[in-house]
Amino acid sequence: MKSYPYYPGCSVKGTGKAYEESLLAVFEALGVKLEEIDDWNCCGATAYMSIDETQACALAGRNLAIAEKAGNGAGLVAPCSACYLVLNKTKKLLEEQPKMRDRVAKALRAAGLEYTGKMNVRHPLEVLVNDIGTKAIKEKVTKPLNGLRVAPYYGCQIVRPYALFDDQYNPTTMDVLIKATGAEAVEYPFKTRCCGASQTSTIPETGLHLVYMLIKEAHHRGADMIATICPLCQFNLEGYQHQVCEKYKVDPIPVVYFTQLMGIAFGLSAEKVGLNRSLVPAEPVLKRRVANAA
Amino acid sequence: MRPAIKSEADRDQNFARWVKQLHGAEHLKECIQCGVCSGSCPLGMYMDYSPRRLIHIAKEGFREEVLGSLTIWLCTSCYACTVSCPREIKVTDIIYALKRRAIEEQVYPKKFPIPILAQEFGKMIRGKGRITETRLVMNLYMKTNIFKATKMARMGLGLMRTGRFSLKSESVKNRGQIQTIMKSLEESKEGAA
Repeated sequence: MKSYPYYPGCSVKGTGKAYEESLLAVFEALGVKLEEIDDWNCCGATAYMSIDETQACALAGRNLAIAEKAGNGAGLVAPCSACYLVLNKTKKLLEEQPKMRDRVAKALRAAGLEYTGKMNVRHPLEVLVNDIGTKAIKEKVTKPLNGLRVAPYYGCQIVRPYALFDDQYNPTTMDVLIKATGAEAVEYPFKTRCCGASQTSTIPETGLHLVYMLIKEAHHRGADMIATICPLCQFNLEGYQHQVCEKYKVDPIPVVYFTQLMGIAFGLSAEKVGLNRSLVPAEPVLKRRVANAA
Repeated sequence: MRPAIKSEADRDQNFARWVKQLHGAEHLKECIQCGVCSGSCPLGMYMDYSPRRLIHIAKEGFREEVLGSLTIWLCTSCYACTVSCPREIKVTDIIYALKRRAIEEQVYPKKFPIPILAQEFGKMIRGKGRITETRLVMNLYMKTNIFKATKMARMGLGLMRTGRFSLKSESVKNRGQIQTIMKSLEESKEGAA
């Protein structure tokens, strides 16, 4: 069985549990194993880079060194966009700044770890499309989601600025996967616009407005639901939705992980892919839409 | 918006020099003030200085205006400006450096929750190695505006109902390893100075 080292990050163990549940279920169905690396720590997200760059790189570097130690060189799979960005950014900064790299490598060595910078960081989207392939994915589809209209929302940090696997403003990797499930990926020009990040809680005036624009645009494009690839985006778009709908007078819309849609199309149960954890229920919409089309 | 006009003598040349040597600012002197950074910024309309303007006054040594601005804290690091800049100026990375300096000098806007959140976040990682999201947000409300927490009750209940809310403190097993890493960085810092 093919396997990848796996870095979950804090969010998919907390508010984003449904992402991990559906991700692991989908990979398992495809015969690919994600092996959680031992004793990983928080990547530092956007916050730590605002405090101390060298410490931020050392914290993220610890995870890369642990992954290297585990010995599977297939590339560290990081499902959260912030983790994916920070791990890639760390590699790049340490490559560009030898002085900082020396300090970080020395600190990690003091802790019994070796950082070589050789471990690649990969996102499940790209692994699914490039390594596993849409053909193998389509073969697993037993309950095609024909008739379902999905707005593919990528958020900002997955394609900018380090990822090379897709376009920085108009990525299409998730569109391909949505189509593979039989659903329709609607045109969604805001697909890489910021979800508001932590400002939904710190400065609601700005954060909630950004969420509002994304929800309004999804409705405008005729989407039944929004699909995300990041636990933080998902939380912003779903968790704050009741506040946004009340404040800006828009209708609610379910916000799911792309892996949940894949799992449902593979015939997995709603619970298995964490749909029971939705705050804005997706199941009624799924049933209505997909049954109509059948 | 505060005026950003100064006589030559009032500019902080040391600050301007520091900005120009930052990682990501290699092409700063080539900025043509085209404004693509401001146009691509999703938060631009809420900022006191637009990204274009911030970059300009940073380069010219308007130290207090830049470090005390809301702009640097409203940046969510979505990197839209960075990938759009025709001069390859890494605006996001420059803003990160400005945030670090503002925290270092403790000159960020008071009672503004974003730098407080960043520091709470840092504390939690140094201590535990992992973030417990619910605890982090509660710490933030305690430090900024406790009444805001009541607004979150509905969400909190929803998260509890769906098993997404936990106050159990997450932690790495080997916390000593993180302390060792931090200690080594502290020592190499002194050595380098």
